[in-house]
Amino acid sequence: MASANDIKIDDYVDITDVVCPVTFVKAKVAIEELETGQILSVHMNGGEPLQNVPRSMKEEGHRVLKLTANDDGTYDLIVEKGEEE
Amino acid sequence: MEFTYEQMQRYSRHIILKEIGSKGQKKLLNSRVLIIGAGGLGSPAAMYLAAAGVGTIGVADADEVDLSNLQRQIVHTTADVGKAKVLSAKETMEAINPDVKVIPYETFVSAENIADLIKDYDFVIDGTDNFPAKFLINDACVMAEKPFSHAGIIRFQGQLMTYVPGRGPCYRCVFKNPPPADAVPTCRQAGVVGAMGGVIGSLQAMEAIKYLLGKGELLTGYLLTYNALTMEFRKIKLPEKVKDCPICGDNPTIHELTDYEMNSCGGAF
Repeated sequence: MASANDIKIDDYVDITDVVCPVTFVKAKVAIEELETGQILSVHMNGGEPLQNVPRSMKEEGHRVLKLTANDDGTYDLIVEKGEEE
Repeated sequence: MEFTYEQMQRYSRHIILKEIGSKGQKKLLNSRVLIIGAGGLGSPAAMYLAAAGVGTIGVADADEVDLSNLQRQIVHTTADVGKAKVLSAKETMEAINPDVKVIPYETFVSAENIADLIKDYDFVIDGTDNFPAKFLINDACVMAEKPFSHAGIIRFQGQLMTYVPGRGPCYRCVFKNPPPADAVPTCRQAGVVGAMGGVIGSLQAMEAIKYLLGKGELLTGYLLTYNALTMEFRKIKLPEKVKDCPICGDNPTIHELTDYEMNSCGGAF
């Protein structure tokens, strides 16, 4: 997996401390605070969040740039904010 | 304003929606809705708006809870009989959602007090049960340029329409004047199925939520009628704003609010 080191991260949110459906809700609240084109890094667990959060982000019109697997079983999802409605 | 974890949980089903999101939920939390009448229509409207997190909700009603109300006025319980409806409603609404501030107005709306009551609110819900109040609410909202939802229920029937200044006819454009006292039976005389308040009052809450969010199409320029026995909804296109409407027309003839006479038993729809 590629590292996120070469991408400028504008904000970071940790959703490993919450469970579905608040996982995506917390990530969504964070990305709505950003401007179009800014980058959010989402720290999350495998399983449900891994399955749903990247897909939901795409459905909302954001661009998933990178997904990094960490040694501890968590993941870092790098998302670029899409156009506002 | 930052959401707490509890708020993310409470409003998760809203925040997930594309049309609402965290911005829409914040809009709701910063919004103010006045519900006139804590009865059959006002009960579900009050409960859904409180649950939705509409931050400030005014409730105006002069009555006390009566045992005969409980078949449809679900914001009140048996233990509330004899209590002021506005206080009973406030307790239920704040129990549903402590984020919400409920302001009780234990009064009938009148020509004298209505302008003051509605002035600080973004949207008004007419949940009253009589024509004098309905015309008064219409006229006051037109004068103050306040959007509102009209509704009425009787027997197995209900109807509603939404007024937004500059976006279609007002209630008076459509219905002209109150019917003569006693020309129309009250729901005390005619009866009403309790769930009818649930159907139509919930639709009023939905109109308020959409207006506050600025999403979707409102029932402006339309009257929606519901007949439960035939299970038919009809969305009737209303004529454009009536040019000679005495309140919202080009040359309004109503410049002051008046209290129409109530019929003999104090209510109509």
